[in-house]
Amino acid sequence: MSRATFVWLCLLPLAVVTVAFFVLPMARLVATGSTGPSGVAAYAAILTEPRYRATLINTVVLAAATTAATLAIATVSGLFLQRQRFAGRPILIAMLTFPLAFPGVVVGFMIILLAGRQGLIGDLSSRLFGEKLVLAYSMQGLFLGYLYFSIPRVILTIMAGVEKLDPRLEEAARSLGAGPWAVHRDVILPALVPAFVASGAIAFATAMGAFGTAFTLATNIDVLPMLIYTEFTLSANIAMAAALSVGLGLVAWAMLALGRTVSGGAVAAAG
Amino acid sequence: MRDRLLFAAQLVFTLLVAAFLIVPALLSMLAGVTANYFRGISSGLTLDWVLQVWDLYADTILRSFEIAFATLACTLVIGVPAAYALHARGDRLARLIEEIITLPLAIPGLAIALALLLTYGGFGDFRRSWSFILVGHVVFTLPFMVRSVMAVLGQIDVRTLDESAASLGASPWRRFRDVIVPNATPGILAGSLMVVTLSLGEFNLTWMLHTPLTKTLPVGLADSYASMRLEVASAYTLVFFVMIIPLLVAMQLIGRRNGRPGTARA
Repeated sequence: MSRATFVWLCLLPLAVVTVAFFVLPMARLVATGSTGPSGVAAYAAILTEPRYRATLINTVVLAAATTAATLAIATVSGLFLQRQRFAGRPILIAMLTFPLAFPGVVVGFMIILLAGRQGLIGDLSSRLFGEKLVLAYSMQGLFLGYLYFSIPRVILTIMAGVEKLDPRLEEAARSLGAGPWAVHRDVILPALVPAFVASGAIAFATAMGAFGTAFTLATNIDVLPMLIYTEFTLSANIAMAAALSVGLGLVAWAMLALGRTVSGGAVAAAG
Repeated sequence: MRDRLLFAAQLVFTLLVAAFLIVPALLSMLAGVTANYFRGISSGLTLDWVLQVWDLYADTILRSFEIAFATLACTLVIGVPAAYALHARGDRLARLIEEIITLPLAIPGLAIALALLLTYGGFGDFRRSWSFILVGHVVFTLPFMVRSVMAVLGQIDVRTLDESAASLGASPWRRFRDVIVPNATPGILAGSLMVVTLSLGEFNLTWMLHTPLTKTLPVGLADSYASMRLEVASAYTLVFFVMIIPLLVAMQLIGRRNGRPGTARA
C-alpha cells in the first residue's frame, strides 16, 4: 500500500463521521429553516418580526456588554498578574482559572448561590440595607453568569499577550518622557489589541450562543438560545427554530472568524 | 508611595475578581455537606445529601462516564489518524477539512443538536439510545483531539522520521503505529483529557439529545437545580467538582509541560 493511499485511509473515518453527523444535519437544518408557512422569508423574519428582532437586539446587547466588561476586568487583573511577582501569585492565578471547566449549567448555579433567593448578595444586602437584592433570575443574572464564564479564559489570553510584549518599547517610551498612563495608553494597550480581539470574540460568541446558563437561571429570559429552545419544544415551530439557529450559528461563526483573522490564532467558542 | 498604592489597588481588585469566581464554588461545596443551608453551618455537617444524590442520580453519573470514555475511544480512533493525514498532506484540501471539522466549536450546541434531531430523530432505536448523545459529543470534541495532535506533530520533524522509517522498509501502518503515534503522545494525552472533560460537562447538545432514560450528569444537574432543595443540588455539584478537578489539574500540568496553558470549553 502506498503512502498516499494510507493517508486517504486515515482520513476516511473522519470524513464519514463528519459528513454523516455534521455536514448533512447542518444542510438539513438550513433547508428546514425555509419549510415554514413563510418559506425562505423565515430567515428575514429574524430581522423583520418585532418579537424576534427584540430578542436578537437583547442578545447582541448582552453579549457586547459582557465582552466589554470581561475585557476591562481581565486587562486590569491580567496586566497585574503578569507584571508583578508577589507571594501567593500562583494561588491567585489558580483561583482565577479554576472555573475554566465549569459547564454553563454549573455557572448558572454559581450565580444562584451568589445572587439568587438564598444567595450571598441578597443575604448581605438584607442585613445591611434591610432589602433583599435578587439579581440571578434575569438579564443581570445572565450578565453575571457570562462574566463568570469568560473572565478565566480572557485573563489567560491577556496574560499570554502581556508576556509577549517587548519591554524595550516601554523603556523607549519612558526614556522619551512618557508617564505611566501614556505608556499604557500608547504602547501597552495597542500592543494587546490582538489578544483583546481573540478573547473578546470568544466571550461574545459564548454570550450569544450559550444555553446552559440561561436555562438554569430562568426559562423566560429573552435571549436567542432560549427563544430557539421554546420555539422548538413549546411552540413546536420547528422551521422557525431552525431558521433562528442558522442565524445564531452564522453570527457566532462570523465573530470567531473575525477574531481569528485579526489575531492569527485559533479560537473556540464556549457554551 | 504612588507605586505601592497602585499595587495595592490592583491587588484588591484582582482579589475581588477571584472572590467572585471562588466564593460561589466554595458556597456550593459547603452547602452540599451542610445539614440545613438556610440555618447555616451551625446546623451541622452531613454526608446525607451526597448519599441522597447517589440514590437519585447514580445512573446519570455512571452514564456520563460511559459516554465520556466512548467519546474518547471514538475521537482517538477517528482523530489521531486524521490529524496525521491532515498534517502529512498539509495542502489546501487539508486546511479546508480542518476548517469544516472545527465549525462545531463556533456553532452553538443548540443548533447542532437541532440539526441532529431533524436528521436522525426518526430513527427510533438510535434516538432512544445513549449513542445518540455519543454522536453529538464526538462531533463536538473531535476538533480538540485533531488540533491537539496536529499541534504536537507540527513541533517535530514528522516528515524526516516518517521517511527514514520508510527507507528502512517499514509499511505505512507500522510507521504510523511505531513512529508517529509514540511521537504524538503528548498531544494525544492533552487531547484525551480535554475530550473527557468536555464530554463530562457537555450540556447544550445533551439537553436536546437526551431522553428520560438517557440522562447524563449535567442534565441531572439542571434537573436538580430546577426541582431539588439547594443542599441536594449543591451535593450533586460537589460530586461533579470531585470528578472534574483532577482532570483540570492534569490538563494544566500537561499544558505547562507542552508550553501552553490548557483551555477548555464547557
